[in-house]
Amino acid sequence: MNLFDYIRPTSVSDAIAAWQPGAAYLGGGTNLVDLMKTGALRPGTVIDITRLPGVDRIETLPNGSTRIGTLVRNSDLAHDPDFAMAFPMVAEALASGASGQLRNAATLGGNLLQRTRCAYFQDPHSACNRRFPGAGCDARNGDSDNHAILGWSDACTATNPSDLCVPLMALDAVVETQGPQGKRDIALADFHHLPGAAPHQETALEPGELILAIRLPANATASRHNSRYLKVRERTSFAFALVSAAAALQLENGRISAACLALGGVAAKPWRVPAAEKLMLGQIPGADLFRRAAEVALEGAVPSGDNGFKIDLARRTAARALALAAAGTPAQMPALPASVFGESAHV
Amino acid sequence: MSYPISLTVNGLRRDVTLEDARVTLLDLLRERLALPGTKKGCDRGQCGACTVLIDGRRINSCLTLAVTLDGAEVITIEGLANGDMLHPVQAAFVEQDGFQCGYCTPGQIMSAVGLIAEGHAGTDPERIREGMSGNLCRCAAYHGITRAVSDATRRMAEDKTKASA
Repeated sequence: MNLFDYIRPTSVSDAIAAWQPGAAYLGGGTNLVDLMKTGALRPGTVIDITRLPGVDRIETLPNGSTRIGTLVRNSDLAHDPDFAMAFPMVAEALASGASGQLRNAATLGGNLLQRTRCAYFQDPHSACNRRFPGAGCDARNGDSDNHAILGWSDACTATNPSDLCVPLMALDAVVETQGPQGKRDIALADFHHLPGAAPHQETALEPGELILAIRLPANATASRHNSRYLKVRERTSFAFALVSAAAALQLENGRISAACLALGGVAAKPWRVPAAEKLMLGQIPGADLFRRAAEVALEGAVPSGDNGFKIDLARRTAARALALAAAGTPAQMPALPASVFGESAHV
Repeated sequence: MSYPISLTVNGLRRDVTLEDARVTLLDLLRERLALPGTKKGCDRGQCGACTVLIDGRRINSCLTLAVTLDGAEVITIEGLANGDMLHPVQAAFVEQDGFQCGYCTPGQIMSAVGLIAEGHAGTDPERIREGMSGNLCRCAAYHGITRAVSDATRRMAEDKTKASA
């Protein structure tokens, strides 16, 4: 780990004023400290934001939307009874990620900013355009079975590893930020960038800009009785997704009146295709319909290496998540959250 | 630059000056505070051998910078027993054969104490296994560990009922 200066501001404005090129904000540290140990990240200054006031609460705003402060820990959000009832697939995604210890430390804002699990990004001795612009990409001729099948470029084929962001994307979440230029809202759909020719520009955040909170709109609770997160991984627990899907439906008189579907593990951002949602409107839920929606959701998917299997896997995961959502949100958190195994995973 | 911090470890106040902000809680405990019960396995948050409680919550001490813990309350494996009287989780690990080589055991036990306090697993073996998945045991004593956590959960609930009766 490189040497760095440590500062612990006590207000948001002091934190932003302390930012300088090469500085990093520290939340739970589960990703940042890990990458500092490998040498992939070498911040000159670490700005500890964990004591900032007013950004560690879950609150309902007068307009009915839900605001979650950036310092709320994954475990606290997943197990908040009111939140889990209103947004069950968000709670399930959180509970399916990492381990009990990591969920106790990891923060909401940090989850949005967690870096790719691409081994060549994490290894400072490998070529990586994301870590070092223009360096090249060792993943193109390396282990690529867990890389992107959508939205990738020759410069970068990495995926976004977040579980949380997948249901947040499906529910039209908004990111509240504050930076040197003041406060603003960024739609989560616009928050993570596809790599294009500049994969190092990972998010819409400007230098020094800090996430303050995430907001979920009031109508995002309407699908709470029919929503699921499903995550396919190489082992049942404590593993990142190969592919995942968040599915939320509203049913009226046996027909679908609203549908949301987002995919994880397939691209550098959570993947959402409005046409796939639209074709389900007014229809009777069923396996054929969900298969067709999944086909549309994966339109344009191309392997970026040894990962052609992920295209079919993502289709099946999307279709099954929709079927699970149609069958109804489980009354309690499944023993194995978001797993394809266990009682709650059958339809 | 040096960083003076003050924290409570196993009930004792410790004032430490860190010469370097890179020190993790794990290294502080083992190298500076003579508490080597907390183990270093992967040192990257993947194995759970370094699990301790901070302000009552289980975390990986290898990913926690000590400098961030000014004012915190830390409990390690050395702080669990009451004299010669083992903590119920420690006793259950002995009775249920929840270890072989023992290297992961302090982390397993601290994680189990945290899990039981969280209260989401109860005595359901599936939920216990899921809740303990952040702790690897290369001797694969998982069967005994699951039984030990389940037993300790039951015993601690009974003790609580008795205490309030």
